[in-house]
Amino acid sequence: MIGMSIVKRKPLPPWVMLIIPVAAVFVTLLITAIPILIAGGNVFKAYGALFHGALGSRFNLLETFVKASPLILTGLAVAFAFRAKFWNIGAEGQLFAGAIIASWVGIYFTWLPSFLVLPVMIIFGFLGGGLWATIPAFLKTKLKVDDVVTTLLLNYVILHIMGALLFGPMQMPGSAWPRSASIMDAAFYPMLIARSRFHLGIIISFAAVLVIWFINSKTVFGYQSKGVGINLNAAKFGGINTNMVILKTAIISGGLAGLAGVGEVAAIHHHLMMDVSPGYGYTGIVIAMLGNLHPIGVALAAFFFSVISVGAQTMSRVAGIPIYIVGIIEGVSLMTMLIFILLTEYKIRWTKS
Amino acid sequence: MMSEIFSVAFITGLIAATLRMSTPIILATLGEIITERSGVLNLGIEGTMLFGAAVGFLTTLATGNLWLGVFAAALAGIALSLIMAVLAVYLGLSQHVSGLGITIFASGLAMFVYRLVVGSPIVPPIITPFTPVAIPLLSRIPILGASFFTQYSLTYITWALIPLVSIFLFKTRAGLRVRTIGQNPFAADTVGVNVNLTRTLCLAAGGAFFGVAGAFLTLAHQNMFLIDVIGGRGWIAIAMTIFGNWNPLMGAVGALIFGFLDAFQLRMQTLGVDLPFHIFLMIPYLITILALISVSRKATVPAGLLKPYRREDK
Repeated sequence: MIGMSIVKRKPLPPWVMLIIPVAAVFVTLLITAIPILIAGGNVFKAYGALFHGALGSRFNLLETFVKASPLILTGLAVAFAFRAKFWNIGAEGQLFAGAIIASWVGIYFTWLPSFLVLPVMIIFGFLGGGLWATIPAFLKTKLKVDDVVTTLLLNYVILHIMGALLFGPMQMPGSAWPRSASIMDAAFYPMLIARSRFHLGIIISFAAVLVIWFINSKTVFGYQSKGVGINLNAAKFGGINTNMVILKTAIISGGLAGLAGVGEVAAIHHHLMMDVSPGYGYTGIVIAMLGNLHPIGVALAAFFFSVISVGAQTMSRVAGIPIYIVGIIEGVSLMTMLIFILLTEYKIRWTKS
Repeated sequence: MMSEIFSVAFITGLIAATLRMSTPIILATLGEIITERSGVLNLGIEGTMLFGAAVGFLTTLATGNLWLGVFAAALAGIALSLIMAVLAVYLGLSQHVSGLGITIFASGLAMFVYRLVVGSPIVPPIITPFTPVAIPLLSRIPILGASFFTQYSLTYITWALIPLVSIFLFKTRAGLRVRTIGQNPFAADTVGVNVNLTRTLCLAAGGAFFGVAGAFLTLAHQNMFLIDVIGGRGWIAIAMTIFGNWNPLMGAVGALIFGFLDAFQLRMQTLGVDLPFHIFLMIPYLITILALISVSRKATVPAGLLKPYRREDK
């Protein structure tokens, strides 16, 4: 009988942490070669199509940035919350909240001077997502209700609120479909590069990376938020108002996801609809972990998943691999990354007994 | 409208639908209770149910045999739970993140496999689903007969499982072992219980329940596989586990309440109540959150939940 035990290892040099995600991605692509083979695809041709589809031309590369923008924001949202052990699985719902508010501003605030429309929409969208995230934070801190469950359930609540709005007061007059009227032109995110969809939201998501990096490493609040995550009781004992820290963390986390929703409405769809997000909030969880909860890591991981998601469409067309391979790659990379992080701190020792 | 609501046909239909719609949630809740009692939170539940729904459906589509579909779904659930066991039990990784990883992976896999097998036809393939089985004599009782005793076989099996899981957990030596591990794995290890193996077996049992719960939706409740067929029922089961205080009977009661709200909102829609139907769709989730709030202060979480067991950490 072979036994297994897991023992702490000596700290590894810091550069190892930079290699880890790359190694995890490599192992993931090896594992996901199996479903590609089963689907009857040629692995090299399939992965070739994947990377060519995402990076192979100017337009494709810029599209990959377009797709990366909401993923960076939801990834940051989850990473910021997880760092404080606020288990926010609700980025998808907070994205919806941001999208609803953004379209509300974009459709109805026609009385605003046009230069104010975008700032108001962005701020309101941030607050929309942020306030929606305060519900589970409040339930967690004041009433001791499990945050995993409430954030998950609230995703469905806001989805149906959106449905009620789109079949009700926000439905485009004369439309049979659940979609809103179009937002006004002043509410469109400007396109920054000609002949592409490279828009303002991409710059906003890059800025968010820097802001979160700054909050995390240069502010007292960032330090407190991390402290709450490492040891809630010690933080409390050390005089930190932990409930307030969790609440603020929730607002920032939800706000980031809300910004992703603003971007989808203001740059991509220009109206509100049920399919405003293909699960960006859930992919954000994978991105946060693959980025090791670090803002720069999140940005890189988001770009990687954007490559996968844009490239998978080409792979599907060229090599006939169902597009749902994306979900498999996401799941496998999350699990691989978890194991790799473990191996940086522990080693597995096999024993014969 | 009031007269419609109090008609015999309406009440019978409502009870029957409540019992039908609560079946997958009861099954999933029972599975999650077994798993969590041993100290492992399995957030892979939603994805495992979807994979079970796909595998069950495809197996029946290929063989025409419904029970073979149920069996395959159980095996599919077990397979995914074993991955969960490697990650969260043997490697001791975060149960939250491992479970979410399983859900993301399994959801992708379910749809991947479904597309691979059926392609993308304009009309999705259907199977001949389970039909309700009327129990002789009992099914002739007014109202109760046509509701309680004219159900799917899987629903009857689910009812039988509620006391069986209860007896297992609270009246058998094996159940005592499971609960001890969930409370204090170090103590259990000291008296010679194999903590990791027991947790793996509980995960496997739970996985089988999740798989079948998913298959109920594609083999009985509906006759086709749709991407959103689970629709958050796995997360509801997680909520019901807490609501039921990790007790099978109370968990089932919670699932029944959810089933009732689900059935009621469908009927309100068809009666033409003048509200957007999304308001009705929202109600069960809202009530579930309220139910969680109501029990949150007196919940007695298994003390070992979320804690990986490493003998060296003692």
